[in-house]
Amino acid sequence: MATVGLEIHQQLDTGRKLFCPCGYDDSPEYTESFRRRLRAASGETGKTDRAALFEESKRAEFEYRASASSSCAVERDEEPPREPDGAAVESALLIAGALRSDVFEQIHPMRKTVVDGSNTSGFQRTMLVAEGGSVEAGGRIPIQSVCLEEDAARRIGGGAYGLERLGVPLVEIATAPFEAEPGRTRQVALALGRLLRATGRVRRGIGTIRQDVNVSVGGAVVEVKGVQQLDQLEKVVRFESARQRGLLEISGMVRKSGWARGEWADASSALAGSRSEVVSAALGGGKAVLGARFAGMAGVFGHCPAPDVRLGRDVAEVARAMGLGGVLHSDELPGHGIAQKEKDAVAGLLGLQEGDAFVLIAAGEGAARAAAEAVTARVEQIRDAGVPADTRLATPAGQTRFMRPRPGAARMYPETDVGVIVPTAAQMRAAQEGRSVSWEGAIAALRKAGLNAQLAEQVFDSGRAGVFGRLCRIDGVEPNYAASVVCSTVTGLERRGLDVSRLGDGELVSVFEALGAGSIPKESVEQVLEKIMGGAGAASAVEAASSGSLGGQELKDSIAAILAENEELASRGERAAGPLMGKVMARLRGRAPGDKISKIVQEMLKKKDAV
Amino acid sequence: MAGILEQSGASPGDRVSVDAGRVHVGTLMPGYGGQEAVVLKLDSGYNVGIGAGRIKSVEVLERAPEAPEARPKAAPRGGLARVLLISTGGTIASRVDYRTGAVTPALDAAGIYEHVPELGGVADVRTLDLFSKHSEDMVPGDWLEIAREVRRGARDHEGVIIAHGTDTMHYTSAFLSFALAGLPVPVALVGAQRSPDRASSDAAENLLGAARLVTGCGTNGIYVVMHAGQDDGEVSCHAGTRVRKNHTSARGAFETVGGPPAFTVKGGAVTRRIGGYFRPGPFEPRISLSEDVALVKCHPGYSAEAFGRAAEGAKAVIMEGTGLGHAGENLLPAVREARRAGAFVGMTSQCIAGRTNMNVYGSGRRLQEAGAVSLRDMLPETALVKAMWAAGTGDVGGLMLEKIASEFSD
Repeated sequence: MATVGLEIHQQLDTGRKLFCPCGYDDSPEYTESFRRRLRAASGETGKTDRAALFEESKRAEFEYRASASSSCAVERDEEPPREPDGAAVESALLIAGALRSDVFEQIHPMRKTVVDGSNTSGFQRTMLVAEGGSVEAGGRIPIQSVCLEEDAARRIGGGAYGLERLGVPLVEIATAPFEAEPGRTRQVALALGRLLRATGRVRRGIGTIRQDVNVSVGGAVVEVKGVQQLDQLEKVVRFESARQRGLLEISGMVRKSGWARGEWADASSALAGSRSEVVSAALGGGKAVLGARFAGMAGVFGHCPAPDVRLGRDVAEVARAMGLGGVLHSDELPGHGIAQKEKDAVAGLLGLQEGDAFVLIAAGEGAARAAAEAVTARVEQIRDAGVPADTRLATPAGQTRFMRPRPGAARMYPETDVGVIVPTAAQMRAAQEGRSVSWEGAIAALRKAGLNAQLAEQVFDSGRAGVFGRLCRIDGVEPNYAASVVCSTVTGLERRGLDVSRLGDGELVSVFEALGAGSIPKESVEQVLEKIMGGAGAASAVEAASSGSLGGQELKDSIAAILAENEELASRGERAAGPLMGKVMARLRGRAPGDKISKIVQEMLKKKDAV
Repeated sequence: MAGILEQSGASPGDRVSVDAGRVHVGTLMPGYGGQEAVVLKLDSGYNVGIGAGRIKSVEVLERAPEAPEARPKAAPRGGLARVLLISTGGTIASRVDYRTGAVTPALDAAGIYEHVPELGGVADVRTLDLFSKHSEDMVPGDWLEIAREVRRGARDHEGVIIAHGTDTMHYTSAFLSFALAGLPVPVALVGAQRSPDRASSDAAENLLGAARLVTGCGTNGIYVVMHAGQDDGEVSCHAGTRVRKNHTSARGAFETVGGPPAFTVKGGAVTRRIGGYFRPGPFEPRISLSEDVALVKCHPGYSAEAFGRAAEGAKAVIMEGTGLGHAGENLLPAVREARRAGAFVGMTSQCIAGRTNMNVYGSGRRLQEAGAVSLRDMLPETALVKAMWAAGTGDVGGLMLEKIASEFSD
C-alpha cells in the first residue's frame, strides 16, 4: 500500500496581504503589465536547487498583469516587503494551537526558490511557525509542520500571471506520511479543512483551499500539486500508486536489458518524405529529428503495467515539460504517420540489432539536444532509482503529469529583507486559545441552538456558522428556518448563477431582522436574497419587499376581491379551499405570510357556508 | 545559551541534534537570531529559532562539510574585446555566506561567468577587486582611487565596467566624467536594485548591458547602466553627469534628467539615442579634488546663520535653490559674506528638472548681485561633485562654467 502525506494550503481571512497593505480582489481589472526573466540563484548553502535549474533551462520570459486594487510595488518586486501582518501571524498561531503544534520562539521568514514565474521575486516567502501535533481523522494523524506563507500569482489567459493572488496569506499544514487505505486521504483532508474552518480565520470559496499530496510506494516521494477537490484526491492517489508500482516494474526491465547511455544521431535523412505530422513539421521548419538506439530495450518503452503508465509516455512528459513535443519510440511504430520502411531506415541508420529499441525527438537543433539529454537522463534515473522524485501536476481526470524534479532543501534562503519574528504575548495567547478549537465543538454549539446533527453539519460546512449564531439571537427567528435559508435557499440561488459573494454576513442579518420585525414575510426571503445576490443593496431589497406587503384590511380586501372573481368556486364553501388557495397565492405570494392568507381564506369560506 | 553551545562544542555548519522537549535535527546556523535562540536549518531547508530557555542539550552529529560543491565554470570564447571589471561592492556584488557569516566578494572572474554565462559570448572580462563598500560608505577619496584604476585599466582594455552600490553611483559617475574627461575607452558604472542571490535580480542583465555598451557603443564616455523600467529586456545607459537615482527601490530608479538616456541596450543591440554627447577632445586626466565644498538646500526657514556655518572655510558653496534658482532674501548677506571670503557660490534648482534662470524675478537678480552664479541645468549633486573636482584642480569659477562632460546643456 502506498504512503501519502497531505499538504493543505488554506488562505487566511485577514483582508490584506502578508507583506503589504493591499487587499484581496479575486477578479480585478488589469491596468498594467510587465515582463521579467528569472534565473536560478544558489541557496544559502551554496547549492543551486535542481528544480530551479530545470525551470531555468527553459529560459522563459514571463508576463505579469497587475491592478492597483490588489497589488502594489511589493508584488511587482519593485519594493522590498513591508512588515509582516500581525493578524496573519496570530491566525497562523491559532491554527497551530488547534493542531496542538509546538510554536517556535523565533519565526524566520525564508525565501523558497520558485522560478516557474509564479512569483515575481523568484521565490515564495514562507516561515515555519510550528512543528508536531495531530489531527483526528478516524485515528490520530500526526502533523509535521505548520507554515505561514504568501500565495503565488495566478495563471491567467495567454500564459500570463495575474498579481491579485500573489502575497495573500496562506497556512500550509503538512501531515506526516500515513497509510493510504481507501477513503483515508479524503477523510484526513476533510478533517483538516473542517478544523481550519472551525477557527473562523480562513477564507472560503473556490480556490481558497488547495491540496498537494505526496505519494510513495516505497521508493522516492512524489509530490502531486494542484488537487482542487476532495473527490479528485482519492483518484490521484490511486493513479499515482499504480504509476509508481509500474515504474518499479519498468525499472527492473531496463536493468535486465543491460542498456547504457549512447549517442544521439541526426535521423532526419531516414525520415525525409515521412507523412508523420510531427516529423514533417520538424523537417519542414528547418529543425532536426534526433534518434538514439536503446540497446536491449525492445518492448520496454511500450510496456504498459497499468492503464496509461508506459516508459514512452513518461519520457515524452519530461520533454513536454521542457516545452518540447515530438518524442516517438520504436514500440509505437509503425504508426503516428511513420511507415514500416521508415522505421527500418531509422533502425538501419542507428545500427539497431535484434531486441533493441530507438527513440526519436523532433525539435530545433539546440532544443532537441537538451530534450535528448533529458530523455537519456530520465531512463537512467528510472533504471537506477525506480521512481524519480518528481513534482507532478494533478489532472482533472485524477491522473498526474510531470512538472519538474522535486525541489530539495537547497531552495531555501533567509529573507534578509524581513527581520526575525518573535511572536508577541497576544499572538502566543492565540496559540493557547486555538487549543480549544475543534470541529466537534463547533457542531455541538450549533446543535445547542436546536439543530439536528445533519443540519448542524450543513450549516458548518456552508461556512456561515458565525453569522448563523447572530441570526438565531434575532427575536422571532426560528433556528431551523434560518439554517434552511443559509444552507439550501442560498445554495439554490447560487446554483442558478447568482453571485454569493454579494451576500455577506451583514446582508443576511439585515434580511432576518426585517423578517423578525414582521416587515417582510417568510415567503419574500428568497426573493430578497435573489435581489441582493443579483446586485441590489440589502436595504433596498428589503424595502422593496416590505412595501409590497399587505396590511390586515388591505389583505382581506385583496382576498375578497379574488374570491369574488371566482364566485362559482367560492360558493362551494370550505370544500373549495384547496383550489382557491392556489389562485390566491398565485397573486399574493410574497406579499403576506402564507399561513395568514390561508386563515383568512378559510374564514371567508366558512362565512359563505354559514350564509 | 552560549554555555550549552560551548559545552556541546558545536559550531556553525555542524549538523546537530537539539533537545528542547521535542528533538530537532538540523544544521547549526550563525546566531543572527540574537542571543535568545539557537537557529537551526532543518532538513526541509527552513530556519527556525528554538528558545534558549527550553533547550536541555545540544549534540553534534556531524561536523561541517568542506566548501560547497561548485557549478561548472563557464569561460569566455576566444577573440573577444578585453574588458576590465572593477568591483567596489554594493548590492550587485553582495552575497552573504551564512556558514561563516562573512560577505564574500562574488565578482571574481569565475563567479561572474558562473552567474552570467552569457557574458562569455560578449567580452573577455578581467576582474579587479578594489574594495567592498556599500556606496553610502564611499568617500571622495575612493573616487580618486577608482579614477586611477580606471585610467590604468584603460591602457590595455577596450572598456571598463565598475560594479558599484546604487545609492551614490551618480556621484562617482560625475567625478569620473570630470577627472577622466576624454578618456579614450568607454566606462560603465553598473549596479543592481535586487541582489544577485535572488532569481529576479536585475544584476545579470545590467552587467550584460554594461558589457555590450563598452564593447559595442563605438565611442567613449562615462555612463551609468541600469534597467530602463520595471520590465526586463532593456537597459538604459545614462551620461554620468546627467543621471540621478529617482526611486528608492524600483529597477528603473536611474533616469537621465532632461532627455533620453545616451544609449539603450535591448535584445543585445546597442542603440544611440542622442548625438555628440561627449566632446571627443584630448584626454587630459585631472584626478584631484578638494572636499571643502558645501551643498545647501534653501528651504523655508533656512537661516543665514546655517548658511554661514556651511560656507565657513568652503572653496565653493552649491545652493539648491527653489524654482528658477531662488532663495529667501534673508540669505543675501550670507551669500555676500561667502563671496567676500573667496568662495564660489553656484545656484542649482531643487526642482531637479529644468534650467535655473536668475533674471526673471527680483530674487534671482539680487542673488546674482550678491555674487551667486547660475549653473544652468546642472544637477545639484553633479554641481557639488564638479565643485569638489574644480576646487582641487584650479580656478573654480572658470571651471564651473566650462562644459567638461555634458553636465549642462547649451
